[in-house]
Amino acid sequence: MSNEKQVDSGRRGVLVATCAAGGVVGLATAGALVSTFQPSEKAKAAGAPVEVDLTGMLPGEMRTVEWRGKPVWIVKRTPEMVASLKQTDDKVADADSKRNPEEYTPEYARNEHRSIKPELLVAVGICTHLGCSPSTKFTPGPQASLPDDWQGGFLCPCHGSTFDMAGRVFKNKPAPDNLQVPRHMYLSDTKLVIGKDEKGEA
Amino acid sequence: MAFHETKFPADAPLAEKAVGWVDDRFPLTKLWNDQWGKYYAPKNFNFWYIFGSLAMLVLVMQIVTGIFLTMHYKPDANLAFGSVEYIMREVPWGWLVRYMHSTGASAFFIIIYLHMTRALLYGSYRKPRELIWLFGFAIFLCLMAEAFFGYLLPWGQMSYWGAQVIVNLFGAIPFIGPDLSLWIRGDYVVSDATLNRFFAFHVIAIPLVLLGLVAAHLIALHEIGSNNPDGVEVKENIGADGHPVDSIPSHPYYTVHDLFGVSIFLLIFSSVVFFAPEMGGYFLEYNNFIPADSLKTPLHIAPTWYFTPFYSVLRAITADFMYVLMVAIAAYVVFIWLKSRLPTKVKAAIAVVALVAIIGMLPSILDAKFWGVVLFGVSVMILAFLPWLDYSKVKSIRYRPDWHKYVYILFGLSFLTLGYLGTQAPTDGKTLLSQVCTLFYFSFFLLMPWWSAMGTFKTVPSRVTFHPH
Repeated sequence: MSNEKQVDSGRRGVLVATCAAGGVVGLATAGALVSTFQPSEKAKAAGAPVEVDLTGMLPGEMRTVEWRGKPVWIVKRTPEMVASLKQTDDKVADADSKRNPEEYTPEYARNEHRSIKPELLVAVGICTHLGCSPSTKFTPGPQASLPDDWQGGFLCPCHGSTFDMAGRVFKNKPAPDNLQVPRHMYLSDTKLVIGKDEKGEA
Repeated sequence: MAFHETKFPADAPLAEKAVGWVDDRFPLTKLWNDQWGKYYAPKNFNFWYIFGSLAMLVLVMQIVTGIFLTMHYKPDANLAFGSVEYIMREVPWGWLVRYMHSTGASAFFIIIYLHMTRALLYGSYRKPRELIWLFGFAIFLCLMAEAFFGYLLPWGQMSYWGAQVIVNLFGAIPFIGPDLSLWIRGDYVVSDATLNRFFAFHVIAIPLVLLGLVAAHLIALHEIGSNNPDGVEVKENIGADGHPVDSIPSHPYYTVHDLFGVSIFLLIFSSVVFFAPEMGGYFLEYNNFIPADSLKTPLHIAPTWYFTPFYSVLRAITADFMYVLMVAIAAYVVFIWLKSRLPTKVKAAIAVVALVAIIGMLPSILDAKFWGVVLFGVSVMILAFLPWLDYSKVKSIRYRPDWHKYVYILFGLSFLTLGYLGTQAPTDGKTLLSQVCTLFYFSFFLLMPWWSAMGTFKTVPSRVTFHPH
């Protein structure tokens, strides 16, 4: 009797069911392990809004505060810096912040100076290319790694993206978007809160 | 079959009896003979054939020094930087163990790059050694992952921002990208959670995979047999003893040969460990002696030297360069239609994929950033396809047309140029040069099916070239 060719359909059925059940358990376990990689409850809770006191900020001064582990820049622009934005209008890739506005520019900052108050820029100091923090190059004029008609702004040391004094990225640079303006609002003339606006928390 | 205990004469040496006892229960002698002792290798190996053994040596050294480092290192964002300094200053001989490990990482890549160059020169990836090449390629990927994960651990400025950039690379993938980066980091920025998981990958996950792949690489090699500088299949000429006429057993011949190579290597290696462990900022970057600061990127950041060729490809992809790429892809498809003998269905599939890519490259569809990441990935992955791209009639460079050597030299130069440019701050001129090198890098592989078959080949001898000394 050749028993190689005979399939016991009852046993085969049990075999298939066992494999299926084992597979489900295996997949579920893998799912649990993969899930452990997500941000923990503690990491999620650490994103509270930050209050900043602007008293005594001089024109041309920049302060960096930490919000959700990222640097947020507050720059009090001089009148010359604000005026320079007119000249960079046609050199930047997205002058009116129309690209991905939901993610990068709240409604109240969709203007030339990308801010609520023309002189005060609030922006996340993280390049939209690969997440380095650009360095300040506020002095206008020709200098290393920058074009000769430089009006002042920011230069990312990693891949050479340049941004103007409103955090708008120049054309043909690796960074696709302008620097992110976080949701923010003024509680008073000298009190700023980052990570929260009239619409609620970011 | 009943178990048979090997009988030894009463006066046989104890060692012989012990090995016999083991052999009856575990194929110890058989394993040794198959994998090294009686593994017959071609007798015409030159110095290029030392790098496999050296890679093995460095692998063992990295694992051993790594184990001792974990005994003092703390994978915690608040303690990591300090614990590395503690190893360097307070642990007796800790500095030596750490410098051996950090220099070992760079040595490993130098050796592996030379090992791969050897394969390229002598066609060691050609049939029937495709799987040896693929296992080796997977080892290369693991090494890159291992180096990347390990580089975060000292928690210096370069560690931090390097990891930030590479993790954000995944963020360029449409739709799932940002969530994928978040999932890899386990936090909104590179943080303690990231450091902890990278530590786990570096000390256990990747090394386990790596060891498995090394075993597969060696088993496949010892099954098929080694190639040699002439690219002659020595197994086609078997002698009376059943072994290839042009082969010699690895032990003792290549044991002695490799020990000599090892001593030269250790001389160079210890000079670096003792006198130049930072290697002018290439092996250990200066900015990494500053603790990680999530608010400030160092003014000049560059990956460690072994990643820079591929990193340069990433940086070369700018918005303007996309038009050049679109034209290049279109030209390549036309070339395939005119010149290749692939079935029409395959040609049509290639044309469709190319069309989708070209549409995707339009500025309004997908960013240059995304394509930079894609080409960065492709520049590494394309190496895996070498066995199926090379149509040369002979394996070894020795019997190829002379102009093939210039193609290889040009390829080597563009790879080195990309590597150099990756360590430098970008300027317009340097970006242009890296774009030219990127185009040549890809052309070398993509046009290989044609250029590798062109020209007048020399006659391959039936026996290996060997002059006894």
